[in-house]
Amino acid sequence: MLLLRNRAKDAAMETLEQFREETRQWLRANAPQSMYAALRSTDDACWGGRKTTYPADVKRWLDVMAERGWTAPTWPKQYGGGGLNKAEAKILSQEMAKLGLRAPLVGFGLTMIGPLLLQEGSEELKRTHLPPIIRGEIRWCQGYSEPGAGSDLAGLQTRAVLDGDDFIVNGQKIWTSYADKADWMFILVRTDPDAKKQEGITFLLMDMTSPGVSVKPILLISGSSPFCETFLDNVRVPRSQVVGRVNGGWAMAKALLGHERTMIADIFKDRVPGNPLLTLARRYIPESATRIADPAIRDRITQVDMDQACLDLTLKRSQDNMKAGHKPGPETSIFKYYGTETNMRRRELMVSIAGPQALGWEGPGFENDELTLTRDWLRSRGNSIEGGTSEIQLNIIAKRVLGLPD
Amino acid sequence: MDLVLTEEQVLLQQTAREFVAKNSSLRRIRALRDSQDRLGYSRKLYDDMAKLGWLGIIFPEECGGLALGFTHLMVVIEELGRGLLPEPLLSTVLLGGATIAKGGSTAQHQDLLPRLINGELIVTLAHQEPRSRYNPLHVETRAQKDGNCWVINGTKIQVLDGAGADRIIVPTRTRGDSTDRDGITLFVVDAKIPGLSLERQWRIDARNAALARLHNVRASETDVIGSVDTGGDTLAAIIDQATVGLCAEMLGSMTAALEITLDYLRTRTQFGVPIGSFQALKHRAAKMYIETELARSAVMAAHKALEENGKDVARLASIAKARCSDAFVLIANEAVQMHGGIGMTDEHDIGFFIKRARAAEVTFGDATYHRNRFAELQGY
Repeated sequence: MLLLRNRAKDAAMETLEQFREETRQWLRANAPQSMYAALRSTDDACWGGRKTTYPADVKRWLDVMAERGWTAPTWPKQYGGGGLNKAEAKILSQEMAKLGLRAPLVGFGLTMIGPLLLQEGSEELKRTHLPPIIRGEIRWCQGYSEPGAGSDLAGLQTRAVLDGDDFIVNGQKIWTSYADKADWMFILVRTDPDAKKQEGITFLLMDMTSPGVSVKPILLISGSSPFCETFLDNVRVPRSQVVGRVNGGWAMAKALLGHERTMIADIFKDRVPGNPLLTLARRYIPESATRIADPAIRDRITQVDMDQACLDLTLKRSQDNMKAGHKPGPETSIFKYYGTETNMRRRELMVSIAGPQALGWEGPGFENDELTLTRDWLRSRGNSIEGGTSEIQLNIIAKRVLGLPD
Repeated sequence: MDLVLTEEQVLLQQTAREFVAKNSSLRRIRALRDSQDRLGYSRKLYDDMAKLGWLGIIFPEECGGLALGFTHLMVVIEELGRGLLPEPLLSTVLLGGATIAKGGSTAQHQDLLPRLINGELIVTLAHQEPRSRYNPLHVETRAQKDGNCWVINGTKIQVLDGAGADRIIVPTRTRGDSTDRDGITLFVVDAKIPGLSLERQWRIDARNAALARLHNVRASETDVIGSVDTGGDTLAAIIDQATVGLCAEMLGSMTAALEITLDYLRTRTQFGVPIGSFQALKHRAAKMYIETELARSAVMAAHKALEENGKDVARLASIAKARCSDAFVLIANEAVQMHGGIGMTDEHDIGFFIKRARAAEVTFGDATYHRNRFAELQGY
């Protein structure tokens, strides 16, 4: 019996090794030369969608990968996905990493609404929406926060009233990431104003080209506009575009939050190699070629490094625990809180090290990388606000883990 | 290395927790302190620990050990830390026994380790001097050759569990300047050897520590651990191991201090509500909890590195000790603050934790020392 199982295992291993070899060859044969480079920023990535034109190589890389379903490697083949099992998907990502290939497509379709539809969506919704996500044709945005509903998301007021087979939606969303570039929005609306606040919410899928939708980018302190206000004025959304059931949207939002937090954990895992803090210290602090001459800065760099090391080890411990079959604990709130706080401390320190050269907004006397450093620092101030503020994460830990009373 | 306990380690954890609950309490720790007992621990309880095999966990089977590895030891020490147990397991296993196991001759192994493992011998290492601060390689105590003998003169401070110990390992300077790695020789001497006095010191944590004065102590060639002048590497490696072990103890203690405080936050009422409902306290409690989780990861990784003979031990030991020092002090300080007036009284147990936090923070180097050492290792 044991022998048989080992033989089956060996055969499986052999198949996987064959898959690895074929994958490597295929990637080498099909990836455009310019795609062998790490992404420098999120703007550099291919987000797909109808509203953005991408360079020819980026488009070609997207198309060949989408053709195989490898933009969404583990999604079922029937919707255009890669149909790979976990082991195969891991091999694909390992081989891409080894070659230094960038992801052909990123975005909320792949990481948020797609996984939610696979888990909770009707067959019709899956067939309608998954293939265009995989092909990078439709870019999605998330309509959650409102001017009056930030940390208290369940207090949202955007109304949706049924009229025949359509909902008529009125209200305003805010902090919608890339709404100006997105084709569709998944949106939380209030369908029962009399019910308890979590029980009167519905999860809808809305075409951004529908009459009555207007979008206005918000200029941030960093000078960029990744977020928008979205105004909804008598927008008609077919009833067929409800995910889950009417007034059952809060459960959908919570299910999606699981996907979002996994994504956040992943983001903080993939950081640039080398030590940018050390490089900066050598460049800006005089006489620091062999040893950082400012002992206070040296200590702060070490603190950030050690904090990051402890966070990385905690991420690893959490993954090892899940691998060993233990239930996931309250780690996601820790990761969101500590990951963002550490990142912000690092950005703050980078600006400190660069000193007067970190004061540039534009123009002469400042290098491009110095201007980027400063803007990235300003942008990072939002890390502890977006996706659930640090204070909300601490509340969650105090309540769910420590059992402190309300 | 997987940062997760095996089933066997979880079982050991339960055994240790039950042992501590059955045999110790903060009331016992208080009684030991108040009685000004010279040992400051229970020899009987220590023997019971030996019977459970805990003293032999990391030692090879041929010396009477269990050859189980450092994660097993971590699990036990953490539980002892939860109860603030003062029994000399860490010193005898990780300072005394580990030095003999690592640097000693076969004859020394056979002579000392089996009796150390069965609880008969308390063995410790005199790793601090009046001017060494946190650098274990700062050794001014001199050993000079006199015929077939070595004559040792010097002072060692706060020798952990030194009062009532049976053997003391004494690092001496046999060559070079006071901070050279080269030129350190380790001797293992009987605590009753003429010329050695061990005077009990009284610290805030009431743990056993001794002031060791060596005046013309005559040791023989067979008392040298390893070879003459080359003890520095052994000493540095042993201090790293003991640092990691101490981190496990600190992790247990800070977790206990947090739990006691959480209990108080849930039950103490003011303005007609439990004070744990106030957000100003909730957020701080959540941060304390996050600190324990981050510390746990670092402590586990350092133990795994020791277990797998990793090259990364020094770096991980410094990460763990810096974290545990800062975290334990923060949690203990916050614990007293959150208890309010009662937290300042000797009558309440939380005071034991703030005192132990300070002592443990300083032992084998505080957070600043370990950040500096990490920076050196990284080439900053």
